[in-house]
Amino acid sequence: MAYSEKVVDHYENPRNVGSLDKASDAVGTGVVGAPECGDVMKLQIQVDQATGKITDAKFKTFGCGSAIASSSLATEWVKGKTVDEALGIKNTDIVNELSLPPVKIHCSVLAEDAIRSAIADYKKKHAEAATATA
Amino acid sequence: MSIKFPIYLDHNATTPMDERVLEAMMPYFCEKFGNSASRNHAFGWEAEKAVDLAREQVADLIGADAKEIIWTSGSTESNNLAIKGAAYMYGARKGKHIITAEHEHKATLDPCKRLEKEGYEVTYLDPPLDGVITAEMVKDAIREDTVLVSLMWANNEIGTINEIPEIGKLCKDKDIIFHTDATQMVGKLPINVEEAGVDLLSASGHKFYGPKGVGCLYVRRRRPRVRLTAIIDGGGHERGMRSGTINVTGVVGMGAAAALCKAEMSDDAIRLGNLRNKLESTITSQLDGVAINGALDKRIPHTSNISFAWVEGESLMMAIKEIAVSSGSACTSASLEPSYVLKSLGIGDDLAHSSLRFGLGRRTTEEEIEYTAKKVVEGVKKLRDLSPLYEMHLEGIDLSTVEWADH
Ligand SMILES: Cc1ncc(COP(=O)(O)O)c(C=O)c1O
Repeated sequence: MAYSEKVVDHYENPRNVGSLDKASDAVGTGVVGAPECGDVMKLQIQVDQATGKITDAKFKTFGCGSAIASSSLATEWVKGKTVDEALGIKNTDIVNELSLPPVKIHCSVLAEDAIRSAIADYKKKHAEAATATA
Repeated sequence: MSIKFPIYLDHNATTPMDERVLEAMMPYFCEKFGNSASRNHAFGWEAEKAVDLAREQVADLIGADAKEIIWTSGSTESNNLAIKGAAYMYGARKGKHIITAEHEHKATLDPCKRLEKEGYEVTYLDPPLDGVITAEMVKDAIREDTVLVSLMWANNEIGTINEIPEIGKLCKDKDIIFHTDATQMVGKLPINVEEAGVDLLSASGHKFYGPKGVGCLYVRRRRPRVRLTAIIDGGGHERGMRSGTINVTGVVGMGAAAALCKAEMSDDAIRLGNLRNKLESTITSQLDGVAINGALDKRIPHTSNISFAWVEGESLMMAIKEIAVSSGSACTSASLEPSYVLKSLGIGDDLAHSSLRFGLGRRTTEEEIEYTAKKVVEGVKKLRDLSPLYEMHLEGIDLSTVEWADH
């Protein structure tokens, strides 16, 4: 299968590869997918708790080139956004940006899931922190 | 010697035609264009002579008599003719049970599936982890009403060789027709249909440096004389088993390719076996979490199927994009099915998703293999740095105990 230039670029120079401290209060971690389905994405966000802005994001992905590119792009896009703004990122935006063919749409869906899951983890930590201090 | 890119390591899919084969074919396109079935003039005789020589060349490669070769369009057709043709011919009299295996090629499985719809019963043997079907396994599956056993000689994905002579003997003892899809075996290692007790054998020209779109079915004529119900009816060519004007140029090419293999396959097998071993040892000495699929000591020499834990096959193919190989997993469908062959062996889905098949061939060089091994090692390392599964492995997490979120 021929990949789009942007997919190849993200695959060859993935942005924001790595890990953040998942125990930290300021970090939300999302792990989605399953090895038997052929892709697993881990996406992490670091949030400035005062402004609610995502200051850093990291990913690691097991999957095809399009899955790697989708998650790499997702980390670029969430940075600088508030948590709620980041929830507005839609898989179709990723499909359009990377020119993903129909058979690769699930990669973009997974990337959107990974963002949501990381944010949910962050929010859960803070809901717990809120109840703990209450 | 400098390497020419891309490097072709997918010789199980198809082989480049040998220039000597092209030379043999050339006169039969424009000049000696006769129909080999034209009995009453020189054009036909000339073509028939060429077809008969090719029949002898192919027969000679597999230890058969020239009269036992039926020309077809390739192994897909040969398998269809063998399986359906034998089932239809003998099913009513002897019984409607067929034995095959789960890791056969689709060109065997799908004819069997069709027969199931028509009232036949098929046992699909579940291969062991090493991929080799033994006579013992077949014996346990044989029933009173078993009419046909169809098992490939060598597997196209992992290269493993089934116990064909032992299974042939068993079938002979039990009076069961034995078909083998030898597409990956013919021209690679010496075989002999007499010694192996094979009744029907499929081969395809393009898998051994001949042209595409031509193949043959060996049909035993003595002890026993095997008869088949034709699938394609018409002018009654090929002893009535396969009607249609013979692809004279293709057949001439397949014959020439067979003659070359007969002369050269022993040397090729040794050379390619050494290169294959070098590829495997270079990779396994530099990477952990690598599994070579299929019985190591029962494989065709030019094929290697390797799984790389914690990385995904398609992304690995991207990492070695100047090398043409085949990936067991095809992440191109919504279902993301990994190779059914690897799954049938019982290797985990994770490993089945991250396998590559390397198929070496006559033109493969040592430089190409060294380059390939280096690129594979680099690619796997790069992808492992990217892999959350590898990270979890390094953290000591047992991936089989993780509860994965559905998606
Ligand atoms: C084992 C096996 N059987 C059958 C076939 C089908 O051969 P063809 O495509 O030449 O009909 C192949 C080729 O892919 C094969 O590897």
